[in-house]
Amino acid sequence: MSRPEDILPPDLYYNEPTSKKYTTNSRIRTIQASMTHRALSLLSLTTPSLVLDIGAGSGLSGQILSSVPTSAGGPHTWIGLDISASMLAVALEREVEGDLLLADAGQGLGFRAGTFDAAISISAVQWLCNAESSEETAPQRLKRFFDSLYVSLKRGGRAVCQFYPRDERQKKMVADAAIRAGFGAGLLEDGAGTKGVKVYLVLTAGETG
Amino acid sequence: MKLLTLNFLTCARKACKPLPTSFPLHPADATLATTETAFSPAFLRNILPRLDWPALKGLCDELGLPGVGDEAPGPEALFEDGELPESDEDIVGEIEAGKRPTKLAHDLHQLLVETVMLEGKLVCASCGHEYAVKEGIANFLLPSHLV
Ligand SMILES: [Zn+2]
Repeated sequence: MSRPEDILPPDLYYNEPTSKKYTTNSRIRTIQASMTHRALSLLSLTTPSLVLDIGAGSGLSGQILSSVPTSAGGPHTWIGLDISASMLAVALEREVEGDLLLADAGQGLGFRAGTFDAAISISAVQWLCNAESSEETAPQRLKRFFDSLYVSLKRGGRAVCQFYPRDERQKKMVADAAIRAGFGAGLLEDGAGTKGVKVYLVLTAGETG
Repeated sequence: MKLLTLNFLTCARKACKPLPTSFPLHPADATLATTETAFSPAFLRNILPRLDWPALKGLCDELGLPGVGDEAPGPEALFEDGELPESDEDIVGEIEAGKRPTKLAHDLHQLLVETVMLEGKLVCASCGHEYAVKEGIANFLLPSHLV
């Protein structure tokens, strides 16, 4: 199977028919939901929080953040960003509760320091590795993303990014970029060595900036 | 887009980031609306110390909304002793037993969470860049020469 990020940049790949397909495909939905729950458990939030969702798409993960029950420390308020306008249009149609921004995480995030309690990203960070224009490289885009993510998290805040690295080299490139931005970082792999392996980059923004 | 979010958005241009005038962004030609949202005083308690109060006050002035006080209230101002009234039985998020949300908590919920900007633009006072807002979604995509 070809990887979607090898075909087209995400704003073109997730055009209207693809966005709808992605959102209604029940197998994708189930996997996306279980990865969101896993990421949430790694964030260990105990009180209603402000959460950034990078690559929020049609709001599947966000809806889970909105529906965390009071007994489990929720519900959380979220701001989601995505580079695909048609994905966000599907989110609008589904009347998700979070705020949506059309933005490219590879350009850096426009939030002031210490905005978020936590951040989550499901199946998005690998897109930052394909630099489309001749003007920018994958390391530049990763640097802008992780540097600005580090600043926009409150001190001690956590981010969990599930992503699909193309290979070991790319996995290392992503983790190294996060560490260079100042994060404490760990890679967690569910189902390591199997075809369904899920990679989570677990990041903590340290106490000193 | 909630007014809450506007309290955290800055100009995304790298050249503007270090400048104090890159925050807050200023609304122009704004169309506002109200969306009913579950009331979570516990969320307000969490977020209140992080708000930039002068920016919130300025935003209310610019949008012609009833102002907020000059002084940022502390989280304790959101709760008072007493039984939870029936009208608050559907609140979400955990609050201490024997406490109920104050009028200030309700007012802030209405202002920050339920008041949304549907259309218009957000203008950076530093570089003049205008971020368009359509159907509540702000467009932060920058042409590559501005990144
Ligand atoms: Zn600017």
